[in-house]
Amino acid sequence: MKDASLLAAFEGPLKTNMGGCFPGERAVFRGHDLHAEFSHADWMDLYVFGITGRHHSAAQLKVLHAIWVNTSYPDPRLWNNRVAALAGSARSTGTLAMSAALAASEAAIYGRQIDIAIADFLVRAKVQAESGQSVQDIVGDELRVNRSIGGYGRPVAKSAPDERNATIFALAEEHGCGNGAYLNLAKEIEAVLLAGRWRMRMNYAAAAAALALDIGLSPREYYLYMLPAFLAGMSPCFVDAMQRPELATFPLRCATLVYEGVPRRSWTV
Amino acid sequence: MSQTEKPDLIHTRIWSEEPEPDNPFAARTAYCHGYDVYGEILQQATYLEYLFLLFRGERPSSPMLRSLEILAIAIANPGPRDPSVHAAMAASVGGSPAAAALMAALAAGAGVSGGSREVYHAMELWTQCGCMLNAWQSAFAAPPANGKMQVWPEAEHPPGFAAYGGRCAQPVLQTLAALSANLGPGCTQWLADNRVRLETLADHPMAMPGVIAAALTDMGFTPTAGEMLSLMLRLPGAAAHALEQGERGYRRFPFFSLDIGNDPGPVQKAAEAA
Repeated sequence: MKDASLLAAFEGPLKTNMGGCFPGERAVFRGHDLHAEFSHADWMDLYVFGITGRHHSAAQLKVLHAIWVNTSYPDPRLWNNRVAALAGSARSTGTLAMSAALAASEAAIYGRQIDIAIADFLVRAKVQAESGQSVQDIVGDELRVNRSIGGYGRPVAKSAPDERNATIFALAEEHGCGNGAYLNLAKEIEAVLLAGRWRMRMNYAAAAAALALDIGLSPREYYLYMLPAFLAGMSPCFVDAMQRPELATFPLRCATLVYEGVPRRSWTV
Repeated sequence: MSQTEKPDLIHTRIWSEEPEPDNPFAARTAYCHGYDVYGEILQQATYLEYLFLLFRGERPSSPMLRSLEILAIAIANPGPRDPSVHAAMAASVGGSPAAAALMAALAAGAGVSGGSREVYHAMELWTQCGCMLNAWQSAFAAPPANGKMQVWPEAEHPPGFAAYGGRCAQPVLQTLAALSANLGPGCTQWLADNRVRLETLADHPMAMPGVIAAALTDMGFTPTAGEMLSLMLRLPGAAAHALEQGERGYRRFPFFSLDIGNDPGPVQKAAEAA
C-alpha cells in the first residue's frame, strides 16, 4: 500500500530536469539553453536527445533518419494511412488526421507494438546468446512462449524479402553502422527461421530495431524514437484526399456491407 | 483494382442497409442486429438499450439495463482532477478542436493507472480468478508473465485497486453497493461480500476500475469490449469540463510552476555579468 502522503510530497512546483520555458527570455532543454546550444541542431539529434539524454554522432543520426525515410509509404490502403486519408475525405483537420493515424500506428501486426517487442526480444536474445545458448534454442524457446516473433514474417508479401532491408543495410554499412552485434544476431535469427518450418524472413521492424539497438537505444527509447516513423507517408494521403471531392476517398455503397447477423426482427414484439 | 476483380466488401453481424432507390451511397433503411434503427429503435428504445444492443447483439434485460445505467453514471465524470478530464480541459483552454479535447481525454484515460487498460487487466483477473479467494491470492503472488514487451507501461499496483490510500473511497463503495444490489449472483456480489479480504490480500483498497471490471464481467462483456466501453463512457464529463474551461480561457486555468533542477540560467546575462 502506498500512502496518499506520497502524492502530497509532489504538490507544489513540479520538479524536473527535462526543462521548461521562460516566456520572453529563454527555454531550457534537458539542462541546456535551447536557443544557444541547439539552434543549428538537426531535429533528429534534438528529438533523440530529448528521449535519451544522450547525443549521437552524425553517422548514427544519418542511419536514424534513413530508418524513417525508408518506411515512409504514402499508400492510403495501409490501415494507419487510411485513417489520415479518411479524415481528409471527411474534411477534418490535418493535425487530427495525422495524430489519429500515428495513434493507429501503435498496432499489433505492424508499427509500434512490433517495434518494442522485437527490440526487447533482441536484447534478451543477445544476453542468452552471450551466456552460451544457441540461436536455434533461443528462437525455439521464444516461439514456444509467444508463438511468433514480431520482426520476422509480414502480414503482406509473406515470402518476399522486405524491400526496405537491402537499402537500409547498405546505408548503415556506408556510415559504419552495418556490423553491430544486434544486427548480426538479427541475421542469425533469420537464418534459423528460414531454415526451419517457419520460413519467415526478417522484415524491416527487426532490421531497424537491430540497427537502433546497435546505436545504443534501449527498447523503450527505440519505441519513442520510432513514433513519427510513418508520418511522412501520411501527409500525402491526407493531401490527396483533400484534393478529391469531399467524401470521395474510398466511397462505400450500401451494397458493400455483407450482413451476416440475425434476421430482421421487431423491437415492439 | 480492375473491373473483373471481386470488390472489397465489409462483412458484419451488426449492421445492414438498404440504399435509396436513386443513390446507392445513401441508406434508406438501416438495421442494427436485425432491428430497424430509424423506423423502430429511434422511437422506442432508450440510448443505453441501443448501446447494449450494439455491443452485445441483444436487448438488455431490465437488471442489465439498470446496471449499464449505473455504470454509465459512475464512469461519466471522474471530475476535473482526473488526468483524462484535466487533459481535455488543457486541450480546450488553448482553443484546440473539440476532437483534440476528447482525444486528450482518451489518451490520458486509457492507461494502466486508473484508465481503461486497468479495467481490461482487472477483467482478465476476474475471468481468471472469479469468486475464489485463493485464486486471487495466487494471482497477486505470481511474478509478471515473461512475454513480449508491451507498449503499455508495467502496472505499478494490482489492477482494479487504488494506487494510493488506506481504505476504499466512498464513491467506490456506493457504486459497488448499487451494482451488487442490481446484478444477480456473480463477481460483483461476491466482491461486495469479500471486498475487505480481497483488499487485505492485495494490500491496496478497491478502486473504481475494479468495481467496473467486476460488473462488466458479470454483464458478459469481454475484457476487450470492457476496455472500449469504459473509454467511451468517460467522455461526457471530459467534454463538459473542457467546454466550461474553454469558455473561461487559459488565463483562469492553472498553469502551475516548475522547479528545474539543472537550469543553466540565462546564457546572455551570465556572459554580461562575467
